[in-house]
Amino acid sequence: MSIPTQLKYTKSHEWVKSESDGTITVGITQHAQELLGDMVFVELPKIGRTLAQKEECVVVESVKAAADVYSPVAGEVVAVNSELESSPEKINQDPYQAWLFKLKPDNAADLASLLDAQGYEKALESEGH
Amino acid sequence: MLKITPLNQTHRDMNAKMVDFGGWDMPLHYGSQLEEHHKVRQDAGMFDVSHMLVVDIQGENVRHFLRQLVANNVDKLTVSGKALYTCMLNPDGGIIDDLIIYFLSESWFRLVVNAGTADKDVAWITSQRDKTAPHLEIKPRRDLAMIAVQGPKARVKVWQVIPSSQAATENLKQFQAATFEQYFIARTGYTGEDGFEIILPASDAVDFWKKLYAAGVAPAGLGARDTLRLEAGMNLYGQDMDEATNPLESGLAWTVDLKSERDFIGKQALLQTTTKRQLFGLLLLDKGVLRSHQKVVTHHDQADGEGEITSGGFSPTLNQSIALARLPAEVAIGEEVHVLVRDKKLAAKVVKYPFVRNGQILV
Repeated sequence: MSIPTQLKYTKSHEWVKSESDGTITVGITQHAQELLGDMVFVELPKIGRTLAQKEECVVVESVKAAADVYSPVAGEVVAVNSELESSPEKINQDPYQAWLFKLKPDNAADLASLLDAQGYEKALESEGH
Repeated sequence: MLKITPLNQTHRDMNAKMVDFGGWDMPLHYGSQLEEHHKVRQDAGMFDVSHMLVVDIQGENVRHFLRQLVANNVDKLTVSGKALYTCMLNPDGGIIDDLIIYFLSESWFRLVVNAGTADKDVAWITSQRDKTAPHLEIKPRRDLAMIAVQGPKARVKVWQVIPSSQAATENLKQFQAATFEQYFIARTGYTGEDGFEIILPASDAVDFWKKLYAAGVAPAGLGARDTLRLEAGMNLYGQDMDEATNPLESGLAWTVDLKSERDFIGKQALLQTTTKRQLFGLLLLDKGVLRSHQKVVTHHDQADGEGEITSGGFSPTLNQSIALARLPAEVAIGEEVHVLVRDKKLAAKVVKYPFVRNGQILV
């Protein structure tokens, strides 16, 4: 499984992309979508909601189960990918394009706590994948 | 150590995602559960159901033994090959298992029981045999495999693979089976579509599966099997019913014969019970996905949290969420109820199930 090297990751299987305007874009990884199977429903946060780090903010539901997505860092939701509400299968088709929400981090330094691709791969290995 | 069917390696070779299903290593899907679901509704799919157990009961007058063992009346089986769906109850009326009984001859009936309950069932049937019919032989048939081929094109594709079986099976009615060479072919299923369930020697299973695949039958996993049976409004043992529930509160009164003189295990308990709760279909009106064990609030609740979803999920055919729920019996079809999902109360409509049969949406 290839893990894009330009992204950052969490142990809870979110990917994080740093944008040039200082916001971050968040989605779930290839591994997460594979684990869940066909997506059928996505519940996105309201724009303007402030999130703590590791706060539950999105629910993705597959044919198999419901799963929470956590905020990688503390911040404010500035955009959501509402296209996923009618086409949740895009997460299965291309998880690194099908972003969930954009966040304005409270503190850019928090991003340093995220894993790089290598670190995420190691985290997966230690989970037994 | 997980138990495996004769097709285990074949599933792996076909890139199945394998899961532990009640102690059996079974395919959940082969890539996309949704595609497998649609394939069965629109064309033909196949399921390895070899984890289920065939139990042959043989000896003089098997019928007499079965009259008291199960809740439905085996006297309905008059033609060889005919099948009967029934519950097997404990003395309290609780459901030990649901099963299909095939009548082959007065000295040979064939039962097909669920995988998760198979050991319990065989122990129960044997203990009853010892009490009332010690001359009968109970034969669990782990030497057999079972493949369900389901969908509007299922029968035609089976005939493509074994052309010589067509004459013996094309006039089979629903719930009827015929034996052809090494195959026991039944026009039954758990999807709401036409098709066959085929019991065959375990050693022939891989070859037969591969020939079906070559004929265009899509392999389908337990994931699609569950969404198909839920749309078809068919109960799942362990979820929609168990030993703590009886058939009358599980939408299965039609399978219980309380009219004939015949006595059967659990009958007295059922005659004395009043049915306070019943299974209903739910169609989710709000966005989200219903899941088993979510609480359902109705206008008829005597106490909090009385109603509960027993099976819920996303219906690929309806493109919305559906469920079976056990609710107060006074609930009326068409009523609106609320389902507690996480921190929300989602609106759902009570409907008569099945939701889908033979490719047609019924709700």
